[in-house]
Amino acid sequence: MAKIIVEVMLKPEILDPQGQAVASALPRLGFTFAKSVRQGKRFEIEVAGDPTPAQLAEVEKAAETLLSNPVIETYVVKIEK
Amino acid sequence: MSFRIGVVTFPGSLDDRDAARAVEMAGGTAVPLFHASDDLKEVQAVVLPGGFSYGDYLRCGAIARFAPIMNSIVTAADHGFPVLGICNGFQVLCESHLLPGALTRNSNLHFLCRDQKLKIENTKTMWTIGFKQDQEILIPLKNGEGSFQCDDETLNMLESEGRVIARYVDFDPNGSRNLIAGISNERGNVVGLMPHPEHAIESLTGPSTDGLTFFTSVLHQLVGR
Repeated sequence: MAKIIVEVMLKPEILDPQGQAVASALPRLGFTFAKSVRQGKRFEIEVAGDPTPAQLAEVEKAAETLLSNPVIETYVVKIEK
Repeated sequence: MSFRIGVVTFPGSLDDRDAARAVEMAGGTAVPLFHASDDLKEVQAVVLPGGFSYGDYLRCGAIARFAPIMNSIVTAADHGFPVLGICNGFQVLCESHLLPGALTRNSNLHFLCRDQKLKIENTKTMWTIGFKQDQEILIPLKNGEGSFQCDDETLNMLESEGRVIARYVDFDPNGSRNLIAGISNERGNVVGLMPHPEHAIESLTGPSTDGLTFFTSVLHQLVGR
């Protein structure tokens, strides 16, 4: 079944203390690859059958009004098979 | 006849009873309002209390914004109805776009509970008119997501229009831009404040009685109407 995915990230200019905390914990475990880390949210939305354009438009609207706060966050909507 | 001030209870509100008590101590009549009803019960002002509405799920205040009572409050606020949002209430006001900006996780990631000194910088709003300009007050601050964030344009607007009503003094608790603790809308009827005036109304339980002035301020404003 296809899922609609909404990913929400803090805008680059908004401080992300959670991401910073993860970034500083990584080297303590011996992981030295990360220059920086930003943490976001992922919503997996199941619909009956394949998502229709109308449903996707609705999801866009929901992402803008509820799932993200446009003042501090951006979002992307994707379909995952 | 005393004035009726509503205090909204959302699922997860914590400080609604203290807010109601503060209203009564200030000389008003506290009227409990419920999130699931759009009935403002003829109140003349509203307090959105602190707590963790809807478990702070999604984002603080994000779900409370869509409660039926909020529709009535947003409509009334647009017509000059006084609204004070404290802590979680401030977050709800930002999510409702009654106030600009947003509250994000404290910069040090810790939930903080302390008596915090503030400077009152705008004494023209309905909720701060009883203070003296630049008066310093001491009231409790307790939150995990109290860092006020907005873009540069919004920040300049708030500063140039004098809409920063209170700023943290002596200590930066959460990384808020320009140490902002509270702001108002353009008209001055809607005020959001991160620290808790309702916990500083009696010397027995609070660090001061400075918080009471927010509640007496609005009652005096209502008398003058």
